[in-house]
Amino acid sequence: MSVIYVIVPVAVLLAGAAVWAFLWAARQGQFDDLDTPARRVPLDDD
Amino acid sequence: MPNDATITMSERAGLRRARGLGSVSAIEAGVRCSHCRGTVPEGLTEEGSEEQFCCHGCRSAYRIIRSCGLDRYYRLRDMEAGGGVFAAPAPAGSGKYRAFDDPAFHALHCREVPGGLMTTDLVLEGIDCSACVWLLERLPSMSRGVVESRLDFRRSTLRVTWDPAAAALSSIAALLGSLGHRPHPARDTQARRVRTLEDRRAMVRLAVAGACAGNAMLFGVALYAGLFDWMDAGHVELMRWSSMAVTLVSLAWPGRVFFTSAWASLRAGTANLDVPIALALAAGGAWSVASTIRGDGEVYFDTLSVLVFLLLVGRFLQRRRQRWASDAVELLFSLTPTSARRVETDARGFQSVHDVAVEALRAGDVIEVRAGDSIPADGVVVSGESRVDRSLLTGESRPLAVAPGAAAAAGDVNIVSALRVRVTAAGEATRVGQLMRMVEECSRRKAPIVRFADRASVFFTYGMITAAGATLAAWLWMEPAHAVENAVALLVVTCPCALGLATPMALTVAIGRAAKLGLLIKGGDVIERLSVPGRVLLDKTGTLTHGRPAVVRWDGDDSIKQAVAALEAGSNHPIAMAMARDLGGEEMVLVRGEQTTGGGIRGRVGQLDVAVGSPAFIRSIGATDPIGYQGRAEAMALNGLTPVLVAVGGVVSAAAGLGDSARADSSRSIRDLERLGWEPWILSGDDPRVALGIGERVGVAPGRVLGGMSPEGKLETVRRFSATGPTVMVGDGVNDAAALAAAGVGVAVHGGAEASLAAADVYINSPGIAGVGHLIEGSRRTMRLIRTILVVSAAYNLTAGSIAAAGLMSPLIAALVMPASSLTVLTICFRSRTFGGGR
Repeated sequence: MSVIYVIVPVAVLLAGAAVWAFLWAARQGQFDDLDTPARRVPLDDD
Repeated sequence: MPNDATITMSERAGLRRARGLGSVSAIEAGVRCSHCRGTVPEGLTEEGSEEQFCCHGCRSAYRIIRSCGLDRYYRLRDMEAGGGVFAAPAPAGSGKYRAFDDPAFHALHCREVPGGLMTTDLVLEGIDCSACVWLLERLPSMSRGVVESRLDFRRSTLRVTWDPAAAALSSIAALLGSLGHRPHPARDTQARRVRTLEDRRAMVRLAVAGACAGNAMLFGVALYAGLFDWMDAGHVELMRWSSMAVTLVSLAWPGRVFFTSAWASLRAGTANLDVPIALALAAGGAWSVASTIRGDGEVYFDTLSVLVFLLLVGRFLQRRRQRWASDAVELLFSLTPTSARRVETDARGFQSVHDVAVEALRAGDVIEVRAGDSIPADGVVVSGESRVDRSLLTGESRPLAVAPGAAAAAGDVNIVSALRVRVTAAGEATRVGQLMRMVEECSRRKAPIVRFADRASVFFTYGMITAAGATLAAWLWMEPAHAVENAVALLVVTCPCALGLATPMALTVAIGRAAKLGLLIKGGDVIERLSVPGRVLLDKTGTLTHGRPAVVRWDGDDSIKQAVAALEAGSNHPIAMAMARDLGGEEMVLVRGEQTTGGGIRGRVGQLDVAVGSPAFIRSIGATDPIGYQGRAEAMALNGLTPVLVAVGGVVSAAAGLGDSARADSSRSIRDLERLGWEPWILSGDDPRVALGIGERVGVAPGRVLGGMSPEGKLETVRRFSATGPTVMVGDGVNDAAALAAAGVGVAVHGGAEASLAAADVYINSPGIAGVGHLIEGSRRTMRLIRTILVVSAAYNLTAGSIAAAGLMSPLIAALVMPASSLTVLTICFRSRTFGGGR
């Protein structure tokens, strides 16, 4: 019995988790505005 | 990938400048305002002060920003824009934003959030650079009570969360107004909500397809490695089943769009590009699933999932590109007021004014519009006299006088005094509302080349099926064991990926490049229509010419020009300003000047007694006219010029003719257009003689100059020309909107961007017609590029199809060749020069 039979399903599950996290973020509206972040000036507030 | 941030920035700056929201046009010299960088009028400069302001609004905005320790704003802004002029704040009238505290307003536009806070979306004017984002997101440090502020740059919308116990929304709104960003409640229209949801779904599909493609490729690589090296049979099975699992997810979820679209198109009796795509996906998928279950035969899972992903990437980018035109017009709609003051008459005949929501207005209602307010609906003025600013709709920057009987449109700003207006259309029935719908419809229009790709796909589908059938038959006859396998390989490998990806991508990239040059193109179809030469109809005023008076003829002694300029420099009459600008050189000292209301000015310049004015004025001061300049002045008047006479020492000694002068680059641009094979015509509302004069100066043959055209006449001409060949109408969008809309391609130059975009297909944000040449040249290159790409992908499909038909295509080769073809096509798209390539 090779360890790959465990590893591959685990990897697929991990990928599924990542996709789920993305879906959650998209449904929250986190990707609705793709332009403004590029213009947020990365300066520390002093 | 096109750099979207940059595109948006140039588009936005163009729109802002054109809309003229408080910003000043070109600035040459003089003292610059510390806040908006505009020129400070001479009377307002403060000697010895480092801080100079052009108006009270700028002064208070500067104070607010400084006192909150946010001076870095100015440095950021100058860094980004390199010395442009920014929105000047409008002085805030007291209580102007009182409506923002109204419970009805809160119920409609605000939401309660946990912690006793409120949140609302405000559409702001004048958002055009990163410094605005920086400043506005620091609103909490400027206003007590504001907890958070987030700006959506593309939509110019600020989401403000505030503590109602600590601050009133009206005070926050007043602060924003005094910074130069006048707030308006955001109208969250149904259309936008639907679009946002669609965008999210598209994003999700893209992400899922990407994840599936990546994983399927990993399994695929393992399998191909196993081909060359030994691989345990159990491991092969594991890889095949795993890649089947992820690919089925990809086909069933993001890939479903192809199947539904193909099905819908088949039911309608046509075949769009999705039909061959769906066919390839279905055949490849079914065969691969069967092979996996049988445990024998080839699988194409990695190729199929990569195919789905690449096609979705193309569609996603195309979708984003189409957004900006509708966003711009939606913004325009938000700038119209949300409440109106309705005049109501009770049973006893007493009139009273009530605040009502615009939605409640009906045709026939009478509303009151105070000075400084925007007109909330289309209507007719019934009482009051005032001036209105129409720049929102027409781009015309000069305020227009209105009196009872005059038409008023939603979005016009009433400047001088209160008006009463009888409503003729409200809400989405207003002109602004209609513009919005038109732009929305236009952005859905498909480019003919894309439709060509759709038409081609019909042949493509037949071709694919025939080729697959022939392969199947031939192999059944020769070697039945491999027949189905080879037919499937052919279907998968000829999937029109390059075709489906390339055409929209080439158009998307071209439109993005054009936007960086200040050419805003509404849709891909415009590019195709501009690639075949025809007639260009040019509006005269403001397009070929400057649109303001200039000295175009000078008859008399050149030595007195200086004196005239010195005398006229003291006046602010438009004609005097033109003469001072065009005749002036070195400074001469004006001793005493006296302006009379009779159309002239008289004074001592150095040793000379100089009088400049209309022929009537010169006659009235009793100047003698030995050479007969009065007669020449009349001749000038007949030629459509405004004559001005100059008397020195009581003797008329020069005549000047003022008219609209041609732009310096007009004649060169016209030659460029002719070189590109286009036939330039001039359409002008001006006197035919004036039009002919301009035509002669810029090099348009007299037979192609049509003067004295009414807007209806222009429309008629454009229609007539459009019937016989490609026609491009170029105008400033102010009074030729109908002609722009009727032309094959309407190009608006430097008018009100939103309004122009509704009628025109292209908006050029620089004055003059130089942009038209670039536009046409770029379009031509883009179409050539698309044809190249179509040829390349056809050649690829033929080659790969023949290999598959010969039974030599293995899944490994398919997996290598499919993405390679897409990448070739994309590289051609991004590397080739379309817009701006010639310079």
